[in-house]
Amino acid sequence: MTRVKSTLAVLGAAALLGASGVTHAGATLDAVKNKGFVQCGISDGLPGFSFADAKGQYQGIDVDVCRAVAAAVFGDAGKVKFSPLTAKERFTALQSGEVDVLSRNTTWTSSRDAAMGLNFTGVTYYDGQGFLVNKEIGVNSAKELDGATVCIQAGTTTELNLSDYFRANNLKYTPITYDTSDESAKSLESGRCDVLTSDQSQLYAQRIKLAKPDDYVVLPEVISKEPLGPAVRQGDEEWFDIVRWTLFAMLNAEELGVTAANVEDMAKTTKNPDVARLLGAEGEYGKDLKLNKNWAVQIVKQVGNYGEVFERNVGKGSELKIERGLNALWNKGGLHYAPPVR
Amino acid sequence: MRTNGSTRRVGGSLLTDPQARAWLFQIVAVVAVVAFGWFLFHNTQANLAHRGINSGFGFLDNAAGFGIPQHLIDYSESDTYGRVFWVGLLNTLLVSVVGIVLATVLGFVLGVARLSPNWLIRKLATLYIETFRNIPPLLQIFFVYFAVIGPLPGPRDSLSLGDLVFVNNRGLQLPAPSAGDGFWAFWLALLLAIVLCGVLARWAKARRDATGRRFPLFWSALALLVAVPWLAALLWGSPFQWDVPQLQRFNIRGGWTVIPELVAIVVALSVYTAAFIGETVRAGIQAVSRGQTEAAASLGLRPGQLLRLVIIPQALRVIVPPLTSQYLNLAKNSSLAAAIGYPDMVSLFAGTVLNQTGQAIETMAITMSVYLAISISISLLMNAYNKRIALTER
Repeated sequence: MTRVKSTLAVLGAAALLGASGVTHAGATLDAVKNKGFVQCGISDGLPGFSFADAKGQYQGIDVDVCRAVAAAVFGDAGKVKFSPLTAKERFTALQSGEVDVLSRNTTWTSSRDAAMGLNFTGVTYYDGQGFLVNKEIGVNSAKELDGATVCIQAGTTTELNLSDYFRANNLKYTPITYDTSDESAKSLESGRCDVLTSDQSQLYAQRIKLAKPDDYVVLPEVISKEPLGPAVRQGDEEWFDIVRWTLFAMLNAEELGVTAANVEDMAKTTKNPDVARLLGAEGEYGKDLKLNKNWAVQIVKQVGNYGEVFERNVGKGSELKIERGLNALWNKGGLHYAPPVR
Repeated sequence: MRTNGSTRRVGGSLLTDPQARAWLFQIVAVVAVVAFGWFLFHNTQANLAHRGINSGFGFLDNAAGFGIPQHLIDYSESDTYGRVFWVGLLNTLLVSVVGIVLATVLGFVLGVARLSPNWLIRKLATLYIETFRNIPPLLQIFFVYFAVIGPLPGPRDSLSLGDLVFVNNRGLQLPAPSAGDGFWAFWLALLLAIVLCGVLARWAKARRDATGRRFPLFWSALALLVAVPWLAALLWGSPFQWDVPQLQRFNIRGGWTVIPELVAIVVALSVYTAAFIGETVRAGIQAVSRGQTEAAASLGLRPGQLLRLVIIPQALRVIVPPLTSQYLNLAKNSSLAAAIGYPDMVSLFAGTVLNQTGQAIETMAITMSVYLAISISISLLMNAYNKRIALTER
């Protein structure tokens, strides 16, 4: 099925490249406004990042980024449609124009940025690759994994880091590569592999999906840098700026203490010039981005600031209970730092 | 084309001369097709460059950097994407070839069993065919992989056969032979035995033609094939050293490992395709007229001889063309292997390589060409075979 899908995507790409002329900056925003919604590529089922809840609604950080873009463009976070994509399908889907934004726990790397016609707009989650093992095999460190069989998802940076790590430490391993995270989790449970490797956030998410989560443990080693963020097609700076500043608006809102609950009051009553500029009470910063004056108000009101989105999806308010850690703001010991609105 | 001068008017223009007009239209058509193709190619190139997507086949020389669980040629992570292509191609061919052989054997047995005078055998064969050809192959692959192989015990509780052969959910582990002292002597002896068999067969045929006396050729050939290499092994030492699989911390290491993904895809595809081949064989046998059977029986041929010497050679003429289609189906269905993580062409090249390089058009073009080439080769081979058996026709 995925094979057919990716083949179709490629054929779509070929048809599109054949038919359309050279794109101009701003084409994506025009197209999005014409069709009336943002088409957003998300993952095929990863708790905390993008997954369908019991009511069939998509939830998660990656999903909220898409909703925030829709809120910024249309003033309505609901004007977004989601395309669940496997790791293998995601880039072709973005390149071919099947989706407008790819918000799918995708690691920002130089080759993806430079050679694949994508631009990463920022980092939504600072992650690192780890290992999930069955407690039964009695391993306490990744260094003890010599000879292990490792399950991975195809077409990820994980696949490359794994090989680097085992080569660097002179360990042997057998990789078993699946298309979806569900398949690799199933194989870990059935004992086809000893270890499941992925970004740590995903490991926590997959662990709670297993039949007996308590039998499995995440090893302490983090073997790579995985800055995850949304990506857009190269060559449309206007759309790139909108997606990039949507994220910055969420980060700035958290830093300035603007929350979903107080955003409307603050927009009217604030004396803080930073807040006033962000919320459109002062200046025409929304217009510069080809958006409405109150674009940031809509984002925060309908989706929340970054901190709220984090806690709701993967932090204290969720089953995953992931600490902020690297994902705290720069002034709280983390790495998130948004340029100012002015 | 007509070259009759009388139809050509003197001084007629290009459009009034039917011959010239025919040429003109054909040239216009060819130019239009070529121009359209060139436009597509050029426009794609221009757009790829504009969007900053790399194009061209230079990526084949870059280091791949990922591991592959099964490779028939040497492969390590520092090898190139070009090497990954060959690994994937060989893995696909392995599935296709083994699958075709197994499906053919099983299919012929089924086809003959469908026509067996024994009620039970006949009904069992029918049941098999109706079940397996009516379930989609992908489901059968999932069934074998997750429901048959999945529940096998882990490496530490493997089912073992005298601590030499192990079966577990990581696959089938067999002792692997490597060259021993009597390695060359063994192969030379085997070659000698084969030559002796050939000589014996000629002699036996000559004697039967001359005197009508039969010679137990099969058993004597078998005896030769076993005894001569065995003697060589006794004289010059064992031809092989066996690398026996050993349980280590995580896995059983050493020996040969047949990975479960390979077992699942080969078993599922041959079981599926055998059902179709069975029907093809049955139809072929039934196409041979009843008179042939009766005539052969009245000549005193035994049932086995009757089938082997009279029915099958004539049935093959009917069987081979549709059989070719089944082989093509199996080769193409082998791409379903990607669904269970078997590292075939589609999973490795059109999957991982496409994703790591982002060069969808090139990798898909290469992959499609490979399947086209495999299918056309099978077609040509089978057509050649078909021609050969067709020549035996009276």
